[in-house]
Amino acid sequence: MINTVMDVLSWILLCSGGVFVLIGGIGALRLPNFYTRLHAASLTETMATILIFVGMILQAGFSLEALKLAVIMLFLLLTAPTASYALANAALQSGMRPKAESAKVESPNAQTGNSES
Amino acid sequence: MKNKTESPKYTITVWQLLGTFLVLMTTWLLWSGLYKPLLISLGVFSCSLSLWLAQRTGFFRHALPIRSLLRLPALWWWLLIEVIKSSIEVARIILSPSLPIQPELVEFTTTEKTNSGKVILGNSITLSPGTVTIDVDEDRLLVHCLTSNTANELRSREVERRIEKLEIE
Repeated sequence: MINTVMDVLSWILLCSGGVFVLIGGIGALRLPNFYTRLHAASLTETMATILIFVGMILQAGFSLEALKLAVIMLFLLLTAPTASYALANAALQSGMRPKAESAKVESPNAQTGNSES
Repeated sequence: MKNKTESPKYTITVWQLLGTFLVLMTTWLLWSGLYKPLLISLGVFSCSLSLWLAQRTGFFRHALPIRSLLRLPALWWWLLIEVIKSSIEVARIILSPSLPIQPELVEFTTTEKTNSGKVILGNSITLSPGTVTIDVDEDRLLVHCLTSNTANELRSREVERRIEKLEIE
């Protein structure tokens, strides 16, 4: 009984992970420029990673494989933002200014008073 | 990031080296699952090599105290909820026919003092869909936001306060 529940739950997670990969792909095609496409990529590399790995951990059950999968997920989640940053920063350094509504300079003092320096 | 003030020489305690070696060795043994003398000696060799390389790249200069590591799960749990919320929002934006994006650049000065704190802040911002850190210079962060809604969330500086709770020194 509990096995069936776990199986169904893990397949729901795996399928929704797949859906998020698909949405990320659609986003990469639909969004207009480099910086906005990065957001679509970040959808696949965080949300889809979490969903697919948790699904696989449920499939593996309570074993060493599950621990290994958890650690791989952790490594991916720690390194993916660094790779994104490297990509975005390389684009910025090579002179590609993002087309944004407005570049606002925020100083901590202009905030609601929650920072002191 | 630039480290102009830090000298190339820095001190490493024996405990740091021993602790890192133990963690690496445990990982190796857990990963291989084979306990033959040859494989264990290879493990000792590769762990020592990693330790030497880590020392050369200044890994121990940015070492986190154990106290901060114990507080990480709380931050991860909060980040997970944020990631789920913003993922659903970004997915809805991508799938809606009118594509309602208003890209915005937010530049702010962080109150994080250490490099580790800044790296954790930058990566946490990038991790949640809808916001990408595109430049870190000294203590200024430049973040690209997909909608003005995510930009406003960023301005509330919730992430920064959560990371400050780690108390990295």
